[in-house]
Amino acid sequence: MADIVLTDQNFDTEVMKSTIPVLVDFWAVWCGPCQTQGPIIEDVANVMEGKTKVGKVNVDENPQTAGKYGIMSIPTLMIFKNGAVVKQMIGLQSKDMIMGELKKLI
Amino acid sequence: MYDIVIIGSGPAGYTAAIYSSRAFLKTVLISGFIPGGQLTTTTEIDNFPGFPEGIMGPQLMMNMKAQAERFGTEMITDAVTTIKKEPDGTFAVVTGNGTYQTKSIIVATGAQAKAMGIAGEETYRGKGISYCATCDGFFFKDKQLIVVGGGDTAMEEATFLTKFATHVTILHRREEFRASAIMLEKAKKDPKISFLTNSVIESFVGDTKLTGVKIKNTVTNAITDMPIDGVFAAIGHTPATVFLQGIVAMDAAGYVQIKGMRSATEAHSATSVDGIFAAGDCVDTRYRQGIVAAGMGAMAAIDAERWLQDKK
Ligand SMILES: Cc1cc2nc3c(=O)[nH]c(=O)nc-3n(C[C@H](O)[C@H](O)[C@H](O)COP(=O)(O)OP(=O)(O)OC[C@H]3O[C@@H](n4cnc5c(N)ncnc54)[C@H](O)[C@@H]3O)c2cc1C
Repeated sequence: MADIVLTDQNFDTEVMKSTIPVLVDFWAVWCGPCQTQGPIIEDVANVMEGKTKVGKVNVDENPQTAGKYGIMSIPTLMIFKNGAVVKQMIGLQSKDMIMGELKKLI
Repeated sequence: MYDIVIIGSGPAGYTAAIYSSRAFLKTVLISGFIPGGQLTTTTEIDNFPGFPEGIMGPQLMMNMKAQAERFGTEMITDAVTTIKKEPDGTFAVVTGNGTYQTKSIIVATGAQAKAMGIAGEETYRGKGISYCATCDGFFFKDKQLIVVGGGDTAMEEATFLTKFATHVTILHRREEFRASAIMLEKAKKDPKISFLTNSVIESFVGDTKLTGVKIKNTVTNAITDMPIDGVFAAIGHTPATVFLQGIVAMDAAGYVQIKGMRSATEAHSATSVDGIFAAGDCVDTRYRQGIVAAGMGAMAAIDAERWLQDKK
């Protein structure tokens, strides 16, 4: 399973109601570091298949979700567990740093 | 075992990578957390030769990366935490993810935006406090902002932010500005920009995000509260060399010291450690320009190549 596209419409079902932890990547086309973050996120999605859901929110197209979580800098990564934010990481993150955070939760 | 590990992915790092991989040296470039370096945080570059119409900073850096990859440079997204010298004279370059064994190193870690050093700054970093208008301006549509600083960067950032914000206050600790006359004029003419001089931020206030600042007047010492949605720091840059302290010689401000142009016999980009070379803004106390960093990157790669050759 690759990473999924999250939107203002499906955020509730896919993230808030998920039974497993969800890693969410807030990004935009115009954000340089986000282009580097993308493939790292996909990599994590493949490694964590079945244990963690991984999704991406385009902040341009989904202002409601970006606004709700007070995104003010991208890339921002958030980890949700049982509908709550348990970790927020601002700026480009290496695979190792993301995996380290996810492993604490599963 | 690599021939060369290049640390940093700005113009210095990528140019060094183009030269060294084109010379068939086994090269890995470790990008750090600002892939493409400082030029990816700006818009149009008008003074990099070869682009008569100018070029967008991020595009220029993608081009440089593609050019290095064309010659076989391996690219790693990670940051170096330390360098160890091995008994046999080679080096171990350590990152969060692993260790890279190499015969030589080029340090091209550039500079990063200076922190303001004010109470609450770390708490609200990315939650209202930013160091890059082109990166984060988007999130401040119809908001009130402060830009801290008195140089060209502060004027440029403030002017850029008026695209999004309803109002931008340029906050400066002195009365006089370091900014060039044209940049200052442009900002002064902008109806969305106002100036607050002889003022410094005393502390940041907020809840889950920044909501305001306490401002101190440096003449009267009076403190006033100002509600604000965002603060952009534009108070200059500092070399990103903290991880090299005690490893290579540097000056008090953290610039890595290199032999320089004066030596007729020594490699100009050589540092105090045999086999470690340095280039770009991390050594440059004077010019700090993309083209200068790129030039120094080429010098370091040629120096490293000759050094490796002499060792054989
Ligand atoms: C807003 C702005 C506008 C500018 N406009 C211009 C312009 O129009 N024209 C011009 O010529 N110059 C301009 N400059 C200056 C120019 O950006 C710099 O001189 C140039 O980028 C320096 O290149 P560099 O390769 O030395 O370092 P940088 O571009 O600073 O890159 C440093 C690299 O090192 C990496 N790094 C840092 N620490 C580590 C670590 N521990 N491990 C691994 N990697 C690490 C970073 O991720 C980054 O990739 C501008 C600068 C700014 C900030």
